[in-house]
Amino acid sequence: MTRRHDIPATRRAFLGLAGGAAALGLAGGAPARAAKVATRARIVILGAGAAGTALANRLAERLEGAQITLLDGRAEHWYQPGFTLIAAGLKPASYSVSRTSDWLPASASLIAEAAAEIDPEAKVVTTASGTRVPYDFLVVATGLTLDWDAIEGFSLDLVGKDGIGAVYAGPDYAAKTWAEMDRFTDSGGRAVFFRPATEMKCAGAPLKYAFLTEDYATRKGTRGKVDITYFAQSKSLFGVPIVAEKVRMLFEERGIGTEYSHVMKAIDPGRKIITFTDADGLEHETDYDFTNVIPPMRAPEVVRNSPLPWSGKWEGEGWVEVDPQTLRHNRYPEVFAVGDVAGVPKGKTAASVKWQVPVVEDRIVAQLAGQEGTEVYDGYTSCPLITRIGRAMLIEFDYHNNLVPSFPGLIAPLEELWISWLMKEVALKATYNAMLRGKA
Amino acid sequence: MKELTFETLIAVFEEMFGRGLFWALAIVAGIITLGYFYVLVRDRAVSWRKFLLAQISMPFGAIAAVLFVQWVTNSGFRDIGGPVDAIVLLMVATAGAIGIAVLTYTVESLIWPKKEA
Ligand SMILES: Cc1cc2nc3c(=O)[nH]c(=O)nc-3n(C[C@H](O)[C@H](O)[C@H](O)COP(=O)(O)OP(=O)(O)OC[C@H]3O[C@@H](n4cnc5c(N)ncnc54)[C@H](O)[C@@H]3O)c2cc1C
Repeated sequence: MTRRHDIPATRRAFLGLAGGAAALGLAGGAPARAAKVATRARIVILGAGAAGTALANRLAERLEGAQITLLDGRAEHWYQPGFTLIAAGLKPASYSVSRTSDWLPASASLIAEAAAEIDPEAKVVTTASGTRVPYDFLVVATGLTLDWDAIEGFSLDLVGKDGIGAVYAGPDYAAKTWAEMDRFTDSGGRAVFFRPATEMKCAGAPLKYAFLTEDYATRKGTRGKVDITYFAQSKSLFGVPIVAEKVRMLFEERGIGTEYSHVMKAIDPGRKIITFTDADGLEHETDYDFTNVIPPMRAPEVVRNSPLPWSGKWEGEGWVEVDPQTLRHNRYPEVFAVGDVAGVPKGKTAASVKWQVPVVEDRIVAQLAGQEGTEVYDGYTSCPLITRIGRAMLIEFDYHNNLVPSFPGLIAPLEELWISWLMKEVALKATYNAMLRGKA
Repeated sequence: MKELTFETLIAVFEEMFGRGLFWALAIVAGIITLGYFYVLVRDRAVSWRKFLLAQISMPFGAIAAVLFVQWVTNSGFRDIGGPVDAIVLLMVATAGAIGIAVLTYTVESLIWPKKEA
């Protein structure tokens, strides 16, 4: 009798437990949200890359009735941090490719065209086909342009042949670069790596690729036949002094040679010669069997030809003149720049975008609500600096060249760690995608 | 990392596995855990015989979890670079060990409920 009575009681206990767990799950899934700000504002975002897409999703979440319009002529969205993994033979080219339209909020509209003209006086953007798009707020998020033509003797159809790679050029070029690196680390010879003298996105990427090439040669047992030299554009290997020192030590340890103040000028694929210019303007020729061509980087033409860039600063590069803390234009207060195109020191990484987007979101939403925004951006930039397959350094820094580790005391920034590699390999793309959706 | 909230974490995991697979895995893990509590409540005692087999399975779960993570991430034991890496490795191994023990125990109890009083 007691037994018969007990069993249903325990079953009920079990059901209660299950119900409790379900309730917890529900509570976790629906966090409280602030009320939306009602507005009829026309917000135009140029570029649906990392920054433009993330911002569109966050604004759609915060605003009711806003007209959010994005302009982007490229149908493919590129997850660019993946290019390094593609060029290391670890991922296929498709790893970095998705569709631009798949990430955008339903309430925003996409004009699948590039912006051809920006008129911040009239507050109008003109598309490539001539459509005029007026705005109340303009967010420039066009990323940057790779200036391949600035390199004498180079054209993109050389990539994938005779030892020429170009990791930056896109997913397919990154895959072609891998094929050449794979061949080179089998046969041996001289690898020449470098970076441009302009501002650039992910300044760690050229270094990573030197490390990866060295690692492959070592793994394949061909290191003795492989000579690797990295030509730095300035007197140091990286813009943050403490990181530059660490990289210098690692290069020394791995037997990667270094030259300083050498800026790449020309390539002669026939003779397999790269020409550098030094600080005194003298030219130096060096032969190569494998290289990763990284060209000068500038703001897209539409931005350079507009009144938006800095004058007297970054001449010829054209980055948008914004306040480094608020990312608001210094002369046109309804204009913001976010991502690679913003004229701020540091900050040209996808990780920076994650910190910049909430600032622009806050500034716009607060203004629409009749308040003053409070969020500021302090230059957060991050780069998981791969030092070999399986290890990386999780380097995070700010405007002041200070290291700002996310996990102080746990993940040491200047140590080559497996956990930092795991972050780059598995967590980074997921975090990036969550960021695109406005959720990270 | 900015805004490391529970919601961010869920969003990241959804992206890592794909939304469908992530929730399917979460539900499977939830069902196994519930199954475990169910057999515990139903039998109102831990069967030490079944627990023994569950314990024997633990090293296999630990090793399988570590090898799986290394395989997915193109890395190996030689990449352990600092104390935190050893901790992560141990955490992966522990998760694998506990996971397989719970699974073994639950499956055993569901298949042979009355084998032992
Ligand atoms: C090889 C490589 C490795 C990298 N590694 C890392 C890393 O490890 N970690 C990290 O955080 N970051 C890394 N980055 C940097 C990161 O990818 C960029 O910083 C980030 O994508 C910047 O986002 P964005 O929105 O400013 O530009 P993008 O993502 O480039 O998007 C710009 C968008 O604007 C569009 N556009 C261009 N011109 C116009 C126009 N005229 N009108 C309209 N639209 C236009 C483009 O089509 C594009 O869709 C790496 C980049 C490269 C190339």
